[in-house]
Amino acid sequence: MFRATSLTHRKQFSEILARALFLLMTLLMVVPLLLIVGYLVYQAWPLLSLDFLLSNPKHGMRAGGIWSPLLGTVYLVVISLAIATPIGVLAAVFLNEYARDNWFTRVVNLAVVNLAGVPSIVHALFGLGAFVLFARLGRSVLAASLTLAIMTLPVIIASTKEALAAVPKAFREACWNVGATRWQTIRHIVLPNSISGILTGVILQVSRAAGETAPIMFTGAVFFKAVKEGHLLAYGLFDQCMALSMHLFTISTQVPDVPKALPYATAVVLLSTVLAVNALSIIIRVRLRARRKW
Amino acid sequence: MVTPGPMVEIADLRVRYGQREGLKGISLEVGRNEVLGIIGPAQSGKTTLLRILNRTLEDVPGIVITGSVKVDGVDVRQVKDLFALRRMIGMVSPLPVGLPLSIFDNVAFAPRMAGIRKRSELEDRVERCLRQATLWDEVKDRLHSLGTRLSGGQQQRLTIARALSHDPKILCLDEFSVAIDPVTTMRIEDMLKELRSQMAIIVATNLVQQARRLADRTAFLFNGELVEVDRTEVIFSERPASRRTYEYVNGIFG
Repeated sequence: MFRATSLTHRKQFSEILARALFLLMTLLMVVPLLLIVGYLVYQAWPLLSLDFLLSNPKHGMRAGGIWSPLLGTVYLVVISLAIATPIGVLAAVFLNEYARDNWFTRVVNLAVVNLAGVPSIVHALFGLGAFVLFARLGRSVLAASLTLAIMTLPVIIASTKEALAAVPKAFREACWNVGATRWQTIRHIVLPNSISGILTGVILQVSRAAGETAPIMFTGAVFFKAVKEGHLLAYGLFDQCMALSMHLFTISTQVPDVPKALPYATAVVLLSTVLAVNALSIIIRVRLRARRKW
Repeated sequence: MVTPGPMVEIADLRVRYGQREGLKGISLEVGRNEVLGIIGPAQSGKTTLLRILNRTLEDVPGIVITGSVKVDGVDVRQVKDLFALRRMIGMVSPLPVGLPLSIFDNVAFAPRMAGIRKRSELEDRVERCLRQATLWDEVKDRLHSLGTRLSGGQQQRLTIARALSHDPKILCLDEFSVAIDPVTTMRIEDMLKELRSQMAIIVATNLVQQARRLADRTAFLFNGELVEVDRTEVIFSERPASRRTYEYVNGIFG
């Protein structure tokens, strides 16, 4: 009864083949990543130190550290997400929990999807026109942060909507049936059970805001600016700033005779900042998912 | 003294979902301490009829409702406080829904949302509702573990306890036994017989024998039409008013 037929053998063969193929693809993805990170760290090693992090670039950016671009990136990311997160999350709650399916919500949803796909250089030009020139903010930390906020907003809305939609509809109906209002339902059932997904979506935008060069190039980031070393409040909202992504571009392509290790070290700092934030998002997600209750 | 009217009065109720007619002119009453059984095959309009009462049907896009529905003498569409109307009606859905909260919080949810904060009052109410739903003895030692971890039958009784937690005057059960075992079903049926002195109960079911066991009167819905409503003995007798009723309850069609 349980004898192997030729069909069994064929099935076993295709099973092995499929497994091997998927493993190969996984390795294909992981190995280059490890090689890149390894090579970067190897090249950057002689320069990496706390002093490198905490001192300004010197001698026409051919020496010194990366304090002012690092701090600039932190400013841009924190301010842009502080603007985009509340707007994005609240808009997504409206779209997913309150809005009825009519022409208005369809237009908004379409706009969100399309804006998420707009190239960052277009956001840059919008930011230049809207914030730098029209709102007269000038090229500043604030204008660049607003531009980054506009860029990350549609993605935050989309990911938050997805997280909210993952909460079963039956929970909402059960709440409405016992006389809970929409807001009570959102506050006590929907948000507590989607917060991990919402946070994950927001935190993933950190790496995007930190990594993009184009949107800040026209709106607030400059080639060089020295700030008070080791001082966390060194930039003002209306100052111009440096940023890691742009700094990396500058010293790799625009400045002659930069020591070989310097761009690598800058890349390592940018990469580890982003990885650290992503790791944080994974920790938060695991923590909150452990509390998930269905 | 005026004798209070029926708990639910429905007159010429019509519901359309786009082109499809869900209910085609239903008139029906439910008395104050009555158990009304609603029988009929799938798609006959049983769920629609229940969801009309607490106005959750109105959230369905493209729906058109005409006719009058009165609960406790008030037209539901004139109700000022929708949430008070919903608290007057306990709803139990076919599949159990344990909210992702502790057992205690599941039952205390509705009272809390209605503004009850006092711990002792909440505790009394939770115990009373869990006892009514015959779940208390099984969960009294783990009230603070998750409601979603209970078995299917326990979750359905938790759902019933939640439906009772806001002191409804009407309890609506929509095919409550589809996902639970026969023993639990019998326990819930026994409990419903005890509750009938306190409230009106509407049991929509596709098990005709369940209506026979529970209901004072039984309504037969078919294809959005109310074929017949009468005392349960009549519906299940040899001579109900409609031939179709006889054939449906005896399994000849449907």
